[in-house]
Amino acid sequence: MSADILAQPRSTAWLAGANPLSKLGAGVLITVVLLLTVDWVSAVAALALELCLLPLAGLGARMLLLRGWPILIAAAVGGYGTALLAPKTGNVLLVLGPVLFTTGSVESGIAIALRGLAIALPGVIVLASTDPTDLADALAQRLRLPHRFVLGALAGMRLVGLLVAEWQTLGMARRARGVGVNTGVAGRVAASLGQAMALLVQAIRRASRLAVTMEAKGFGAGPRTWARESVFSRRDAAVAAGGLVICAVAVGAAVVLGTWNPVFG
Amino acid sequence: MAVSCTPARVSARGWGWQHSGRTAMAVHDLDLDIAAGERVLLLGPSGAGKSTLLHALAGVLGADSDDDASEYGTLTIDGVPATRARGRAGLMQQDPDAQVVLSRIGDDVAFGAENLAVPREEIWRRVPAALEAVGLDLPLEHSSSALSGGQKQRLGLAGILAMEPGLLLLDEPTANLDPEGVLEVRDAVRRTLDDTGATLVVVEHRVAVWLEVVDRIVVLAPGGGVLLDGAPDAVLARAAGMLAAAGVWVPGHVPAVRPRVNSGSGEVLLDAAALAVSRQKARRRHPAVPAAVVPLLEIQAGRALSVTGPNGAGKSTLALTLGGLLPAADGRLGAREPLARGAGADPFRWRGRELIGRIGTVFQEPEHQFVTGSVRAELDFAPHILGLETDRVDELLARLRLDHLAEANPFTLSGGEKRRLSVATVLAASPSVLILDEPTFGQDANTWAELASMLTELLDAGTAVVSVTHDAAFADMLGGERLVLGAVATQGVRR
Repeated sequence: MSADILAQPRSTAWLAGANPLSKLGAGVLITVVLLLTVDWVSAVAALALELCLLPLAGLGARMLLLRGWPILIAAAVGGYGTALLAPKTGNVLLVLGPVLFTTGSVESGIAIALRGLAIALPGVIVLASTDPTDLADALAQRLRLPHRFVLGALAGMRLVGLLVAEWQTLGMARRARGVGVNTGVAGRVAASLGQAMALLVQAIRRASRLAVTMEAKGFGAGPRTWARESVFSRRDAAVAAGGLVICAVAVGAAVVLGTWNPVFG
Repeated sequence: MAVSCTPARVSARGWGWQHSGRTAMAVHDLDLDIAAGERVLLLGPSGAGKSTLLHALAGVLGADSDDDASEYGTLTIDGVPATRARGRAGLMQQDPDAQVVLSRIGDDVAFGAENLAVPREEIWRRVPAALEAVGLDLPLEHSSSALSGGQKQRLGLAGILAMEPGLLLLDEPTANLDPEGVLEVRDAVRRTLDDTGATLVVVEHRVAVWLEVVDRIVVLAPGGGVLLDGAPDAVLARAAGMLAAAGVWVPGHVPAVRPRVNSGSGEVLLDAAALAVSRQKARRRHPAVPAAVVPLLEIQAGRALSVTGPNGAGKSTLALTLGGLLPAADGRLGAREPLARGAGADPFRWRGRELIGRIGTVFQEPEHQFVTGSVRAELDFAPHILGLETDRVDELLARLRLDHLAEANPFTLSGGEKRRLSVATVLAASPSVLILDEPTFGQDANTWAELASMLTELLDAGTAVVSVTHDAAFADMLGGERLVLGAVATQGVRR
């Protein structure tokens, strides 16, 4: 009943052993650099290197598709839209009524789709290889974010997993009362709103019981120690270096091949 | 290596507490001394302030922004006001899911000790010792979500032990557990008390569970103060009748229940053959894994059926399927004509309006089924949908002693009141089949007896009653048949 969909066994991949902050830092760096230019060479270079890192994050092709399919669709849609609207330079490839694709517009579309993937993939890698507890430890101990806030959010996230099971139970419990007998769109919307309200009530009640548990365990007042130390190791230096290498190779390839096309300036 | 504690001493002098916005005091003029190392069972009728006292001792009263609450007198632990005695007391609550804070059991046990600023090396010395003390033999990395209710409660206890408190406060720690879980938790508590010598205050309806652990019983009076106080045998000998009348489960005393007067017509309402039940949705190439398979089942008018078996045997899933709330995963489930009355044979395909007048399901957690803002509106709800007169509502209100609460919000009722209301709301639609999931969990003896009496009356009137229950006394009271689901999900045995 209380299956927690967010609780997965801790990853044993190489990247999972790195500090979440170094992974976040490298990810943000790659994102920022890739946002500076709109060309396909830098995107391809970054994407190729990122794909090489997947084994380090313990992500197989199947797992990547399972987690990343919305991103793939978003990239495809973005690429299609760009190809549709970009300046129609080069040879005409396809005409379908008002729809016109040229080599230039398709090239822009592909560049945007690849760039989208190259920007999103580091996020997928960081998420897949980072345990929420480790992230909370790093944020509170290393970045000195207030521990009340960080640990409260961490404990709250556990409850989110319980909400899925709770929603299903509520749906059945309310059908047993005859809720939602008014058919039609308005009736269904009203029934769903009522169920969402009931879910909210349950979530708040459980959260306040959890808050009592935490308070009873001395949470929130005075200084605390940390059972798990959030440390930086050589692995983190490697992660940071990896981020820099990806950025350098992407920018270098674009400059050397003459496709570097900065957004600003 | 054992966990060590210094037992704590508790003292209340003219202590009282009033929640904000309430006219009545939750606790009034309490004088009570508990010596270090004493083990106290705290009894009293609902509303006598047992939980309030426990929360106050744990220093969490007013935690949920109850700023306007008023406190009177003094309440101290080892001479220090309870609100400032942080870490001296550990509190365990009823809801196992609200017991767990972090996602790995080692981290969860460490959480309280971290908050008390215990050095890291010392924390990791205490964590395995605490887990061993409560008998949780699992790796520190084990997911805290993948535990049974009893295991979650023991995990909570381990987290409390790692804080090395002098005072253990247990607020109905076993009310939501099956009999096996109850014993697991009780034995873990006893073992830790024997190891550490900590002081214990436990609130629980079921005296028999704790009788061999505690050495003193304190009964709080409904109006305030202490009604009775002494050794368990002496208190029970002097006041068994009074305690039973107050709804306490006194050992050896089964509350009086209205007996059955007939044995039902035997008319089959619902029957199943090779029925597989599952919460999973069947997909192409991925058929649902059944939680239980029942070879043969007949539900008859005026007959009770009690479904028993260990946790995870698929009892609740079966109840939901019989109740038309889940589709049958495989096999056949069909409503016969006296029940179906033209609505078709598959209860899952019935519309809400058709379902509630035919099969009523009472969920384990009453709050899941409250859909309006007042007790009266809850009871009006089903008759309104069915276009029936609502004149039975006042009768039901009086019958369930809820008439003085007609305008109250259902969420503000006590546990027993919520249970009575949730049964009444389903009965208001006059279903031919009534299905109840663990209706007696956590209920005091009075609510238990009322519930059982109401069900025998319904049975005599020809309603079929299916109850999923761990409560053998309850199943005996209702009589009828038993269906024992095994841990091996395919063993449906009919007796």
